This record gives sequence, structure tokens and C-alpha cells, in this order.
Amino acid sequence: MTVTESHTSEPADPTDVPALAIDGLEMSYVVRGNPRKILRGVTFEVRQGEAYGLVGESGCGKSTTAYAALRYLPSNGVIDAGRVLSGGEELTAMSAKELRKFRAERASMVFQDPVQAVNPVLKIGTQVAEAFQVLGQSKAEARVSALAALERVHIAAPESVMERYPHQLSGGMLQRVVIAMGLACDPTLLVLDEPTTGLDATVEAEVLDLVRELRSELNSAILLIAHNLGVIRTMCDRVGVMYAGRIVEEGTVAEVFDNPSHPYTKGLLNSIPRRGLRKTDSELFSIPGAAPPIGASLPTCTFIDRCPIATDLCRTDVPPIVPRSDGHWTRCHHVDRMDEVPDPEKVTVKYDVGTEQVIGVEGVSKTFRQRGHDVPALVGVNLGFAEGETLGLVGESGSGKSTLAKTMLGVHAPDEGGAITLRGRTMADKATSRIDESVRAISMVFQNPDSALNRAWTVRRILHRSVVKLTGIKGAEADRRVVEIAEGMQLSSRHLDMRPRQLSGGLKQRVAIARAFAGDPEVVVCDEPTSALDVSVQAAILNLLAKLQNEQRSSYLFISHDIGVVRYLADRIAVMYLGRIMEIGATKTMFEGVNHPYTEALLSAVPSVDGVAENRIPLTGSIPSPANPPPGCVFHTRCHRAIAGLCEVTEPEMVELSPGHSIKCHLTVEQLKEPLKADAVATLA
Amino acid sequence: MSGTQEAGAPVPTPNESGNVAQSAETAVPGEGKKQIRKEQLRVLYTSPGFIIGVVIVGFWIIASLLPGILTSFDPKEFVEAGPRVKPGSEAWLGTDKNGWDVYTRVIYGARKILTIAPISTAVAIVVGTFLGLVMGYYKGWVDEILSRVIEAILSIPIILMAIVIIFTFGRSTTVIIGTIAVLFVPAITRTIRSAAIAESDLDYVMSAKMRGESGFFIVTREILPNVTGLVVVEGTVRLGYAIFTYTTLAFLGFVGGNITDADWGIDVSQNYEQIAREIWWPSIFPAAAIASLVIGVNLIADSIDKAVNS
Repeated sequence: MTVTESHTSEPADPTDVPALAIDGLEMSYVVRGNPRKILRGVTFEVRQGEAYGLVGESGCGKSTTAYAALRYLPSNGVIDAGRVLSGGEELTAMSAKELRKFRAERASMVFQDPVQAVNPVLKIGTQVAEAFQVLGQSKAEARVSALAALERVHIAAPESVMERYPHQLSGGMLQRVVIAMGLACDPTLLVLDEPTTGLDATVEAEVLDLVRELRSELNSAILLIAHNLGVIRTMCDRVGVMYAGRIVEEGTVAEVFDNPSHPYTKGLLNSIPRRGLRKTDSELFSIPGAAPPIGASLPTCTFIDRCPIATDLCRTDVPPIVPRSDGHWTRCHHVDRMDEVPDPEKVTVKYDVGTEQVIGVEGVSKTFRQRGHDVPALVGVNLGFAEGETLGLVGESGSGKSTLAKTMLGVHAPDEGGAITLRGRTMADKATSRIDESVRAISMVFQNPDSALNRAWTVRRILHRSVVKLTGIKGAEADRRVVEIAEGMQLSSRHLDMRPRQLSGGLKQRVAIARAFAGDPEVVVCDEPTSALDVSVQAAILNLLAKLQNEQRSSYLFISHDIGVVRYLADRIAVMYLGRIMEIGATKTMFEGVNHPYTEALLSAVPSVDGVAENRIPLTGSIPSPANPPPGCVFHTRCHRAIAGLCEVTEPEMVELSPGHSIKCHLTVEQLKEPLKADAVATLA
Repeated sequence: MSGTQEAGAPVPTPNESGNVAQSAETAVPGEGKKQIRKEQLRVLYTSPGFIIGVVIVGFWIIASLLPGILTSFDPKEFVEAGPRVKPGSEAWLGTDKNGWDVYTRVIYGARKILTIAPISTAVAIVVGTFLGLVMGYYKGWVDEILSRVIEAILSIPIILMAIVIIFTFGRSTTVIIGTIAVLFVPAITRTIRSAAIAESDLDYVMSAKMRGESGFFIVTREILPNVTGLVVVEGTVRLGYAIFTYTTLAFLGFVGGNITDADWGIDVSQNYEQIAREIWWPSIFPAAAIASLVIGVNLIADSIDKAVNS
């Protein structure tokens, strides 16, 4: 198909050449001998000093576009048509040597996983210096430059970091190192592909602050790929919404996010819980259907099969580019009918949380022994789950969230003195020694369904085994039960005979949830169940979880680092730090104010898609090692409100501020309410 | 679910049926298992390596099953041409010092190797897979002990090991099969063990433990089906080595039977000295047969590996 773009505005000033211009780029991947279309005419430009964001579901070509921007193509990638230009030079026509020079001197890319982007056997200093040696510096010069580069990305104690190996650094530190390497050549173009995915919200906020700061310093153009719409909103000037290898809407972030003019953009935005939305208010919108696979034949509008307002016109004619306001355009026939895109359904029936405690976690501690040292992973955790209640559990990585889940499930035995109780009766420590009723009572939904489902089994077998094992139902009745459970998850009988790899990510997670519900559990532990999924699929899964809870009256322990999602789903929230519960309270109370300083910092770190300027409280440093927890209050080393002479000496007790809302802090409510001193706050533009 | 589709305009071709249409995800279309299998098979069938490999191995299989259709002589029949005749019209590949037809002997020699190599490989695969799975899943002291044993076996040179076994237990076909199997078990075990360790770390194994499954169930029903691809690849690679190992043992005279039997390894050992007298054909042709079979098997193994990973 030939797509000619008419909207590319000619730069007014001839010296103002865009740092990156992609023009009608069409690309295919050759899979088992067949070329499959991945990009269907992508056109956009990133001007100097501008940050441009690309959003869209996975598989729609975002990363391919990013790689194509530097002409890093996998061996089976073929450019069918179009051009990629940087500073007026055509990358698509460069020789291998010119291209190498271009990448070394003018462009850089930062990848999603910093651990894979560095060489594990070389010292940090050597690797950063290498980036400068490529530019022609001598070894000694390069070391000096490397030190300066690490200082530039605000790494504490850069001299000692130079001497360390990658595994000795945290994820956030490593990503800074990778960015430092990327900036070695003062690039005119910096491509960031999901730079903060997989990092904690607090670390993410720091990395984003850094990128923002460097951007104003360098005046380089940034192409940012992220699936987190909040990140795009806070980081970018303009955004392109990508769907099935084509940009369907483009404009400034404020315009696109506040006034979406394409059904796809609107669907994406409606599928995330915005503006403090709760499960009691409204369901989340999930875009029906799935993104087309690469290579699908989409002669007209790419979004047509999932569009709620599509007409016959959309099937016969390629949608035109409709300008909305200055620089904001959409590719849709029916811009005027945007109101008809259905809003998420309001929730009318309210279900109350039960009063009786079903599962209790009582004084549970868990100490691992590591190389002769005691490592306390959980310290005196008390939690209770009422019938039909969702308890959200938040905290940075390494705070003990997963250990708590595994202890509840009997993978780890708690230390002497602690107990997991089922309706008041203590359960055996290990799953293997628990009675059937206890095993059945707690189940788990894992983060990654690819790992959680046996690839060799059909969906039917996966569910059947759990039904038989957990409920003791056998034979034809078990078969009926499997079909029944599957239907409850909106899985059709067709899906039952498929294997996990034939299913999309969302369907796989549905199977995992179905398995968790096979034994009719009292509590389902959900460990980041949606973090590997696209937002629209996440919406469907969250809706499903809410629906199942109402029907089955089961309780959830919902572990997530996405505060927005926790806020949507949880009735109560517990905040964990170094294996201790620092604050627990009803969701509403938690978001209304007076929080533990740690909670305060966590909440302020979340990039919001609503674009409200917020004061962020930076959490300095990384979470201390649980092997040597700081004395006194474990949080005092990073606390912005710590009282000298008290917090580092005495560990605070849990104090109940209001019924059901407790914090572990020395400060009084009045002290906590005090606005922060200006120097402790990073103000966001 | 969400989304009351009250839009007046008809939405053509909903690609899902009934109640699932609302679900936000569908199975990955066009990437069905059958489709992938079909494309993989096409990659396999059209790869030149595979075709050549099948032709070579196919020829030797026919030779071992029905040698009578490929040659009209008997391997121990004195042909009219007499001994030490050069390859030519009288005898295609010449005759050896005994006056036996080299071509006929090569054809008849295929049977033994094509019996012993696959059987010993199969035995090694079964034992190795079992040990590897047990070690990889249980870890701990089971793994420690078996790992040391395996390292010990691997540190002894193969031929030395074979000599010890064969001289202890005799040189019957069963012992030969057992010897080759024992030699191959360690390598297979190590491969399967590392795969089993990786599988054991996956959440589906954790999930099985959480619902109280026995270790036996987890190893045989949950983990084993996920390593079968590796078992197949490992099996084809080992088959090539087994052919080589068997002929080496035959060359060294460890395989029992009679030195007049048609056997590639024996024929090479009986005739190689004559190369010095420029009578190369009685030893080079059986050697070429060995090489061709190993290459054929390896070509097939590589193609399968490539197709599986494509």
C-alpha cells in the first residue's frame, strides 16, 4: 500500500532540520520465509531539543520504529519503503561505515533492561570509558571523561562505582550508567526504549528527573517509547499514538491526552484508572478484540476491527488525516462522532466487605540464613483478610512483598511464633503438610503467565488438574466444572484445547486466574498480575478480578507497584518497607493525607497521566540491605522528616491514627501535616 | 463486560463468536500451532541439508533392511574377478585381499551399525533424561552425588572406559550397546539437568508444589513434556557420535563376532595396512561409508534443530 503523507510541515528555517525524520517507513519481518508487515507507513519527526513519545499496545511497532530510527534492524528485518533521516542525512542510504560513525558520534539508544545492556565481566569504569575511546580519546582521557559522565548522571561516589562490576549495582544505578554511556557523544538524538519499565516507581521517578534535566542541558532530541502513559505525559512535548504499524494520532501531550480524537487513543486512556477512579465507581474500559498480528492484511483503517464507531466507509476508504488544532491530527473518518465511543460502565451494585476475618497473618517473621548471616525478610507482620476484601500491598522491590505471599502459601515456613490462620485455626507451615482445606483456601496468580502455566499442557488439562487436586471432584463432573470455570473467565471452549503459547498475554493471565479459582479459594494472592500486560488488557483483567470477587466473595492480597491500579482495586492498602508494615489503612484514608513519610514519598513518585504538576519527594539512595537493617526506625536513612536523635535510636511502634489506619512513625499527626521545606521537594515542570 | 455497542453503524465481521466477542483479548490469530508446525515442516523439507541427509541415511537404512536388492553377491562370496581388483566394471568398488566384493561388504556392513547405534542411543537417552530430570528438580545431595559420579566418568578417556567395560563383561552385542550407552549418559544427563533446573525455577512448578503435587508427578508430568524438544535434538546428535564410537570399537576389535563379518569398522582395520601398497579401496570405502552416515545423521540433526528454532 502506498501512503503519502501531506502533513509534514516544512521547517521554516533551513538550519532547523529535524533531529529525526521518519518518512513513510514500511517494514517487514521475514518469519519462516514469509515477509510480514510490521510498519505500514510511519511518518513523524522529532525536532532538536524536543521530546517525542510513542505509545501503543505491544506488537504495534513502537520498538521496531525506535530501532529503525538508528537503523538497528534484526537480520530478518526488511525496509520496504520510506526513509529515515537524521539532521538531513539519510540513514537508509548510509554505508555500514557511515552508519557506525553516525551511531558512535551522533545518536544513542538506551534499552529497557540495563542488566542486559552492560557487560557483566567488565568494571563499570572500563565500560563507560570505552564509550569515550570509540570517540578517539586516549585511555587516560577516557577515564577522566567517564568519571565526569558518571557525575553528570548523579551517581553517588562515582570513583568507587567505576571500580565496581554491574552485579554490584542496583537497577536504577545501572540505568544511570547506561544513560551516561549513551550521553558520551553528546548525541543529537537519544532513543529511549522503555527506559524505566521494570524499575520501581521511586527509581523510575529519579531516572525520569535525570533525563528531563539532561534534556534541557543538552538540547538533544529524545524519542521515548513507553507503555506507561503517565511517563509519556510527564516527559514529552509531543506524542504519537501508534497502532498496527501506523501513527493514528499525533499532537502535544496535553492535546492528545485531554482531548483524544481517535477511538483508539480514547480507548487506551479509558482503560487506565485515572483521577482516583475506584472499582466501586466504574468499570475500566477495555478495547474489544486484540491488536492484529504482524503481517495482517489491513488495507484501510488499521483499527477497524476493534473500533466501536466504525462504519462501511471505514472498510472501503483509507481514513484521511484530520487536523484538529495546531499540530494535532488524527487519522479517522469520524472525528465528530468521538462522543459515541462508549464510556466505561458505571458500577451500580455495591458489595460490602465482610466482617469476619478469614485468613490471618499473625506476628509472622521470616529469617533466611545466607552465608552464615541471618537475613530478616519479614519482621512481625500482622494482617487480616475479611471476606470479599482486597488488601493492596505496595513497596519497593526488596521490601518483602513476595516473601510474605510465599510464606502465606506455605512455600516458606514462618519463624517460630508466627502463624497463618484460617478462620482462627493455625495452618501448618508448609504446603506439603497442610490439610486439603488449607491448601485449597489460598491460591496464587503469578506475575508472568508464561512462567506460571505449563507450556506443554492444554488449558483444559491445566484447569482439570487443579480442580481434581484441590476439590477432589473427578470424572465427568470435573470436566463440567472446568468448562464452568472457563466460562466464568470469558474463555471459550475453543480456548480449552489450546496450549498457552497459542494464547495472547491477556488470555494466558485469564487461564492463570481460572486456575487460582479452581479450588474455590478464600484468599487469592495476586503478585503483580497485570504488570506484564498492556493497559487495555490490564483493564479487562482488573474488571474480571473485581467481578469474581463480587461473585465468589474471595479476598485478594493484591501486590503491585502501580499505585493507580492498587487505588482502583484495593479496599485497604498496606505499605511495606524492609519486611515491616509501615502503614495500613483504608484506601480512601490513605489518599486523603496524613501518611507515613515513606508512603508520602511513594505516592508522590507516580507519574500521572492527568498531567497535574506535583511536588515530588525524592527518595534518596536505595533500599538498605535486609541483612543489615538500619537501627531505630528502618526508614530513617531515607526519611525526609526524620528527627535527629530519635528516629535512628528507637524503633517506633504501630500507632492507630484513626480506626483502621495505623502508621509506624514517631511523628505526630501535626508534624506529618506540616508542608515540606522547599529543598526537600523536587518541583516538576 | 464494558462497551455497550450502541453505535448505529454496522460493524462488519466480528471475528469472534458469541460471548467471547467482548473479551478484550483473542487467541493470536494466524499463529495457530498447526500453522507453525506446517511452516516449520516446510522449512525442514526445503532445506538442502535435510534432503541430502535423508537421502544418505535412507540409502543406508535400505541397505541394512534389504541388502539383497542392492547387490547380488554375498559378503563372503568369492567373486569371479579375484582378489585385490581395482574399482571398475568387474567389481564397482573393487575386491579385497580375500577376493570379496568391497561394495557388497559395505552394503551388508550397514545392518549391524544401524542396529547397535540407535539402540544404544535410545538407552542412553532414556537413562540420561531420567537422571537429568531427577538431579535438576531435586537438587541437593542427590544432585551432588550424581554430579560427582558423572564428572568421574567424563574424566576417564572414552576408549579406556570402553576397554574396561568390554574386558570385564565380554564382547557380546548387549555389552557393546551397554558400553556406548554408559559412555553417553553423562553428557545427556548434564544437558537435561541444566534444562530441568531452568524449568524448576518457573512458576508452574511452584504452582504445582503449592497445590501439593508429588515430586514424581512434577518431574514426569509437568517438567518432562517441556524438555522433549531438547531430548530429540540431543538424541539425533548422540546418534552420530554413537555410530562413530561403535565403528571405533569395531576397528579396535572389541565388538566380538568374527573378523570376517561384514562390518565397516572391522573392514577398515583388516585392510588399512594395505594402503601402503596402494590398495586403498578395501579400507577407504568402508571408512567413507562411516563418514557418510555420520554426516547424514548430523545434517538431519542440524536441520531439525534449525526448524524447531525457526
